[in-house]
Amino acid sequence: MGSHTFFGYRRENGRVGIRNHVVILPLDDLSNAAAEAVANNIQGTLALPHAYGRLQFGEDLELLFRTLIGTGSNPNVAACVVIGIEPGWTGRIVDGIAKTGKPVAGFSIEGNGDISTIAAASRKAQELVQWASEKQREECAMRELFISTKCGESDTTSGLASCPTVGNLIDKLDPLGATTCFGETSELTGAEVVCASRAANQEIADKFWQVFKAYQEVIDRHKTNDLSESQPTKGNIAGGLTTIEEKAFGNLQKIGRKTKFIDVLKPADAPAKGPGLYYMDTSSAAAECVTLQAAAGFVVHLFPTGQGNIIGNPIEPVIKLTANPKTARTMAEHVDLDVSGILRREMTLDEAGNRLIDIMIRTCNGRLTCAEALGHREFVMTKLYQSA
Amino acid sequence: MPTHFIVHDKADTVGVVVVEDVQPGEQMTGWIMETDETITLKSLDRVPLGHKIALHDTKADETVLKYGHDVGRTVASVGQGRHVHTHNMKTKRW
Repeated sequence: MGSHTFFGYRRENGRVGIRNHVVILPLDDLSNAAAEAVANNIQGTLALPHAYGRLQFGEDLELLFRTLIGTGSNPNVAACVVIGIEPGWTGRIVDGIAKTGKPVAGFSIEGNGDISTIAAASRKAQELVQWASEKQREECAMRELFISTKCGESDTTSGLASCPTVGNLIDKLDPLGATTCFGETSELTGAEVVCASRAANQEIADKFWQVFKAYQEVIDRHKTNDLSESQPTKGNIAGGLTTIEEKAFGNLQKIGRKTKFIDVLKPADAPAKGPGLYYMDTSSAAAECVTLQAAAGFVVHLFPTGQGNIIGNPIEPVIKLTANPKTARTMAEHVDLDVSGILRREMTLDEAGNRLIDIMIRTCNGRLTCAEALGHREFVMTKLYQSA
Repeated sequence: MPTHFIVHDKADTVGVVVVEDVQPGEQMTGWIMETDETITLKSLDRVPLGHKIALHDTKADETVLKYGHDVGRTVASVGQGRHVHTHNMKTKRW
């Protein structure tokens, strides 16, 4: 195992990023075209088109703001250009991101049109990308690293080896002060009692139960069957997982054997209790979950897969590991770490955990993940209910 | 000798096949991770990689244990060495 330091970009607010993106962030669906045009004009910038931002209200609107502001605020983002249809909500996003101290500028389209907006935003984006390109990495400690995890297209090999490998990493890095996060509320169904027992104290366990029960109510309200083929998915079932309970115990292996979670976060909420493991209330859909974790400020993601989920995220590198030898062979270009040796008893869990720490630190230092090399940039907002 | 299947916990009623398909009649070697024990079992079905195999004879409507925990119930009787999946096992939830 290599050293436990890594080379990152220290931002104005003290947080550390491992990528140096200049993001062109649309407030709403209408502004995607302008954002993409700016990213096309200015090399080295990254547009994050998405489907929402109009007529949302209440908690759903708050989540939209939290997700967009959090995405722009993520330390993997050096600077940000925000484009919205109108100046009010655009300004709210800009002001939220500006609290980090990083450069951010907003542009609105009404009264200007796309072409003038794109021209003005492109000039600003060019200035920001040239500024960001001079930023240098510096040596950072493990206690400055924010790591999230979520698994996908799981099969029984996930619970046997790839999820426990992530758990082994968390058990090793938690004492060093890493900040870590897991989620996937519906995917704890069947293992919820064991999950609650991993809360740091009764108050946190109670918070977990509140969130878990609320999600079960959503499922009960909308379900038309026992969620066969949704949770577990068709891919999970093809991989040998039969029930949600079985999937849940596999999922929970990701938090290791001893680490306790110290708080329960709302979707996209930034951790506020210092270093430690956090539980976030999220969907179990991969892109939704990782997008929320990135918006909460996590900078590197560990993603065990069984059957071969290929997800990436535009701003948070997603490291994929699998213990399924067939997936490692047939989908090699998607797999950053093959731990199938655990199943053949050629590799111990402890060795696998060390290898994951090693590939994670190399990724933090700048190595592109498979998903980055392949251009996977799934940015998917969580929507709580219909718009007005 | 390859490990054909792995069992999480000594109490479990199923193991997971970790080689690419076992055939009916195949003599299999299994590893119980919790206790680091080696066991043997004869497969009665073709079982793909990642799928479960019954460690004991089970009647319908009995709890299936994996990770030492309740992960669902049988909905048919299942003989030792048989493939365990959606055709003979269901969730107790939702």
